[in-house]
Amino acid sequence: MAIDVTSARRLATRMNAPSRGARRVDRVGDGLLYGACVLAALLSVAVMVEVVYQVVSGASLAFSHFGLGFVGHTTWNEVFNRFGAGVFLYGTAVTSAMALLLAVPLGIAIALYLSMIAPAPVRAIVGPIVEMLAAIPSVVLGFWGLIVLAPFVRDHLEPALHSALGFIPLFGAAQTTGLGLFTAGLILSIMVLPIVAALSRDLFLTVPQELQDGAAALGATRWEVMRGVVLQSTRPGVAAACCLGLGRALGEAIAVAQVVGAGLEIHGSLFPTGSTLAAQIATKFPSAITKLDISSLFYLGTVLLAIGLITNLIAQWIGRRFSLQSGLLAGRA
Amino acid sequence: MTALLDPTAPLTATGNLRRREAISRLVRGCTTAATLIAVAVLVLVVYGVFSRGVSALSLGFLTEDLPEPGHAGGGIGPALLGTAMLALAATLIAMPLGVLIALYASEFAGARVANAIRLVLDLMYGLPTIIIGLFVFGLMVNHHHQSGIAGAVGLSIVMLPLIARSTQEVLALVPHTLREASEALGMSRWRTVGGVVLPAASGGIVTGTILAGARAAGETAPLLLATTVFANGYTLDFFGKAVPNIPIMIFTLSEEASPIGFTRAWGAAFVLLVFILLANIGARALLARSRAKMAR
Repeated sequence: MAIDVTSARRLATRMNAPSRGARRVDRVGDGLLYGACVLAALLSVAVMVEVVYQVVSGASLAFSHFGLGFVGHTTWNEVFNRFGAGVFLYGTAVTSAMALLLAVPLGIAIALYLSMIAPAPVRAIVGPIVEMLAAIPSVVLGFWGLIVLAPFVRDHLEPALHSALGFIPLFGAAQTTGLGLFTAGLILSIMVLPIVAALSRDLFLTVPQELQDGAAALGATRWEVMRGVVLQSTRPGVAAACCLGLGRALGEAIAVAQVVGAGLEIHGSLFPTGSTLAAQIATKFPSAITKLDISSLFYLGTVLLAIGLITNLIAQWIGRRFSLQSGLLAGRA
Repeated sequence: MTALLDPTAPLTATGNLRRREAISRLVRGCTTAATLIAVAVLVLVVYGVFSRGVSALSLGFLTEDLPEPGHAGGGIGPALLGTAMLALAATLIAMPLGVLIALYASEFAGARVANAIRLVLDLMYGLPTIIIGLFVFGLMVNHHHQSGIAGAVGLSIVMLPLIARSTQEVLALVPHTLREASEALGMSRWRTVGGVVLPAASGGIVTGTILAGARAAGETAPLLLATTVFANGYTLDFFGKAVPNIPIMIFTLSEEASPIGFTRAWGAAFVLLVFILLANIGARALLARSRAKMAR
């Protein structure tokens, strides 16, 4: 394996030195390929910088108008030109938290099933099916949520939750439409589930079989192997997967806009309508007219971008540290 | 050392062990149930779309112009063509760039630079799609006008990290011996890349592009501020006008909340979902084939 490519190349060049013309073609070809590759790589960096610049500069008018108080302010009124992100921050936090609470345990359970319990043929069929959930376009999922899920939530889920857990203020009286933060959280959990499940499954499959066999030989049951070896050694990776899922939930605009009901108030209960940062942009942007209105939506975008980038950076940071660790682990095993 | 264990005791589970095994069985049941839930959700969504969408389907539905808002009849022809154009244009932008970026990261750059590029691509992949919409609006629509190309640029930003990352993964699978054989024959870098590395990786690159294209075809948010105000008829003016497209159409109809519109939205959702599911299944089959070929 350990062939020194550079010296081999030098040797090869010396041994069969091509004619001068062919050499020039090669030099030009090499230069062009390298140049094109560097340009493309630089372009990708430039696009990221430009995205941040466009969103932040679009928000500059609203920023000079409202300052940082915008972030906590809880009214959104086009008539009186009073805008704030408070309601949408709350909506984003609640729906994302709900999506994670539902999707993370389910996703990890699915990943455990697919990596450790399912027989090979089942794994080969069910694995892609779970991943297929992620392929459903958000606008189709949101439309399904609006027409099929929302009435079900209104007629069955909300009354049941209210009568069983009504003493907790989160589960207030059922609403008349079924549209609201609760339904949005359900839709988001459907979108997050395949991400957590697929990433965790891939992680679990990297746990060395010797470690699992060792634990089993010491008398551990299947569950104890999962808990003590598999989950234990992949914990940071699973956390990174959850962060990626969270990023998806925070940023989803379309499906949430379709089922969240575009409410502009904060309620103690989960069931009434609300809105999220992304959904508010998607709902209001097409009809925004005044410059301040548009700029305020860009301000919402800036807040969303900041939260999204931080979430992703955390995921990357944990993920990288983990890949280092798993490399060490593999070296030891 | 006196024996604490009685070697003659029967090897059956007692007391504590029986409890532990019961827990283990319970957990296995729970994981199976969780998987069934996920499969059931997919079946429910797909069944919901198929059962309502099939009835809207006819040849006229696939080819005719969009009707006036609130009117019955008409089809989704222009939107189908528009979505095809948008996805194709986005692929034409994103695929060369994505492959070049992957080539740079895996063939030319040092480990440090390659890591930095991977980070940028991952961050780009994590961008909320509505932010891409805002970006395209600020860059290409504000002070100008809506156009198909603005939408395609938005979609290409969705596709770029997908294509670049999947290409990078396939390039890593191309055996080093192939590259070394080419080097040993005195081939220059660009001939090695163009004649050996890329052909060996082509199956994976095509798969990644199909998957990314299918993803882009269903994206709504990058188009939401770029190509929404469109006419009802066919348009080929990709650079001058907003292009009708399926995702925006479904989104608009779902916000309008009229029963006639819902029927058409179900039909459009059906067509979109069938295309995306087929593209996914096809890409997986292709990937399995090229993997098998590479393993040989």
